[in-house]
Amino acid sequence: MKSHLVTTAIAVAALLLGTGCSATGGRAAAEKSASAGGCTSTTMTVTMITHSAPGDDFWDLVRKGAEDAAKKDCIALEYQASPEGAEQANLVNAAVDKKVDGIAVTLSKPEQMSSAVKSAVKAGIPVTAINGGVDVWQGLGVQGFFGQEDKVAGQKTGEKLKADGAKKVLCILHEQGNVGNESRCAGVKQVMPTTENLYVTGTDIADVQTKVTAKLQQDKQIDTVLGLKAAVALTAVKSVKEAGSSARIATFDTNAELVKAIQDGSVAFAVDQQPYLQGYLAVDALWLYKTNGNSIGGGTATLTGPAFVDKSNVDAIATYAAAGKR
Amino acid sequence: MTRLLVRPEIGSLVGGFAIMVFFLAVAPSFRNLDNIGTILYQASTIGMMAVPIAMLMIGGEFDLSAGVLVTTAGLAAALLGWWFNLNVWAAVGLALLVTLAVGLVNGLLLVRTKLPSFLTTLSTFFVLQGMNLGLTRWVTGNVSTHQIADMQGSESARRVFASQFALQVAGHSITLRITLLFWLLLTMLGAWIMLRTRQGNWVLAVGGDEDAARASGVPVRRTKVALYLFVAFCAWLSGMHLLFGYGVVQSGEGIGKEFIYIIAAVIGGCLMNGGFGSVVGASVGALIYGMTQLGINYAGWNPDWFKTFLGVMLLASTLLNVWLKRKAEQR
Repeated sequence: MKSHLVTTAIAVAALLLGTGCSATGGRAAAEKSASAGGCTSTTMTVTMITHSAPGDDFWDLVRKGAEDAAKKDCIALEYQASPEGAEQANLVNAAVDKKVDGIAVTLSKPEQMSSAVKSAVKAGIPVTAINGGVDVWQGLGVQGFFGQEDKVAGQKTGEKLKADGAKKVLCILHEQGNVGNESRCAGVKQVMPTTENLYVTGTDIADVQTKVTAKLQQDKQIDTVLGLKAAVALTAVKSVKEAGSSARIATFDTNAELVKAIQDGSVAFAVDQQPYLQGYLAVDALWLYKTNGNSIGGGTATLTGPAFVDKSNVDAIATYAAAGKR
Repeated sequence: MTRLLVRPEIGSLVGGFAIMVFFLAVAPSFRNLDNIGTILYQASTIGMMAVPIAMLMIGGEFDLSAGVLVTTAGLAAALLGWWFNLNVWAAVGLALLVTLAVGLVNGLLLVRTKLPSFLTTLSTFFVLQGMNLGLTRWVTGNVSTHQIADMQGSESARRVFASQFALQVAGHSITLRITLLFWLLLTMLGAWIMLRTRQGNWVLAVGGDEDAARASGVPVRRTKVALYLFVAFCAWLSGMHLLFGYGVVQSGEGIGKEFIYIIAAVIGGCLMNGGFGSVVGASVGALIYGMTQLGINYAGWNPDWFKTFLGVMLLASTLLNVWLKRKAEQR
């Protein structure tokens, strides 16, 4: 009796494994779509050091771009991050110790990073800067800069909102103490002086939702809610509904969910700084510099944003977003 | 042998040696002599705070505000100096007063309210976190401080708090920073207090059994307040290093560091309920933390896994500590 049960169980399991496989999606599809690398040996070692907090979706896109460039160029890429300025600087020191062939680094805390970056340059290691530090990178001997100017992006966003007929903007800052957040909202406020700032805890979705809802209930004048990252904007969609407000929602930065939200009209547009491109270019530039002496941007900053994603062009990037690269 | 095994730092020494051998084996650049400076620097910034935190924990208390207090110290010097146009050394002195005041508040809150220190210092943690942001924005209109590098006294302060020198060893250049000296001095001072002075015995007694200590004439309150003042002093020293080493202080930093100091102390053999532990052990704990963090980096592993590695290590070292302690007590 017992052996019958075992035989039956094995038979059923085999049947499920044989016929129960999904022909679409899952790991199989993901592995199939990933391109097979053709590297036989590595050309160089590059370390990317950002100020990202662990598990941030924006920085995941930067990292993917860097990894794809590394794969294409046969680079051994190491990714490091620390949100603490002093620690991030020490990670640069460690990379210099390791005598890597190139360093890509964010300069969002330029003062704290400058001496470590200078010592890397002094040690003959080419450095590229991404995302933050558009004003300072040239003085540090850095090879190139890839990112957007947060204040300019804020101004352009303000102009677009004004043209769309916005009267009062609520700018949601998801990280207290983040210089980039401040500059974006300040840029918007320069164009639209009625803009009001709201601080929320970006890592706590419930906190974002309740604070935005409360603000919308209290101030009926607000007709536009501006998030500074995709996850916040998506939460704001719920807040607007809950508060019975008719405010339009716009945001900085995209992810796969947000692209869908633009398609279905719940979010008006996104200011795209193309994080994937930042990571990709920063690594590729180091490779081009090493193998061909090139410098992308030729000594000036290469701006990756602000590009606007709205209903008119969203379909074009939707497929890439689904692959987790936009 | 028994006397050796019962020392609280023995577990961390064994663990530290094991971690070192491990990374020497797996990470080629860990073996490079040039890197010692970077590892020691990482360890020293943690160790400077792990020493007073270990003493506090031996005395039976926690300080969750220690991480942000370091940021507060740096901010206080930069903001006060800039606002009042002070000589930098005057600002550094004022920052010491501000930091010690926070330590005093922490100590007095504990002994007056008789609430658990976990709670009182959690409150200071939040208060400081808010004040760091609020006051910085109020003074500078921004979230980081202004540069004070062009103010009088700034150059000499930088030499005192953030100097570095290169040591030539067998053709290698090792960059050593002054925090290493601070760390060693604080470790020696802490170890001397704990092992050679009456006050050190008070700390052990207070952490072991507060009532018994009081009954035998130990000034319990004064001891605890003094421990918080020592934490504050070290936070000030760390904050000054960050300010003069990096030019500006970002107001949102330091959060989460308090746990790293506690982790270093625990790896170093401090028990969570007080009365047992060692300052030298805590410093070894800081070294283990620094070696692990950079070892993973030097080995080129994905840093996503760092925290997992840290968790396993924390558990392993604690189990080793407890096992050694029990083994020693059996004999």
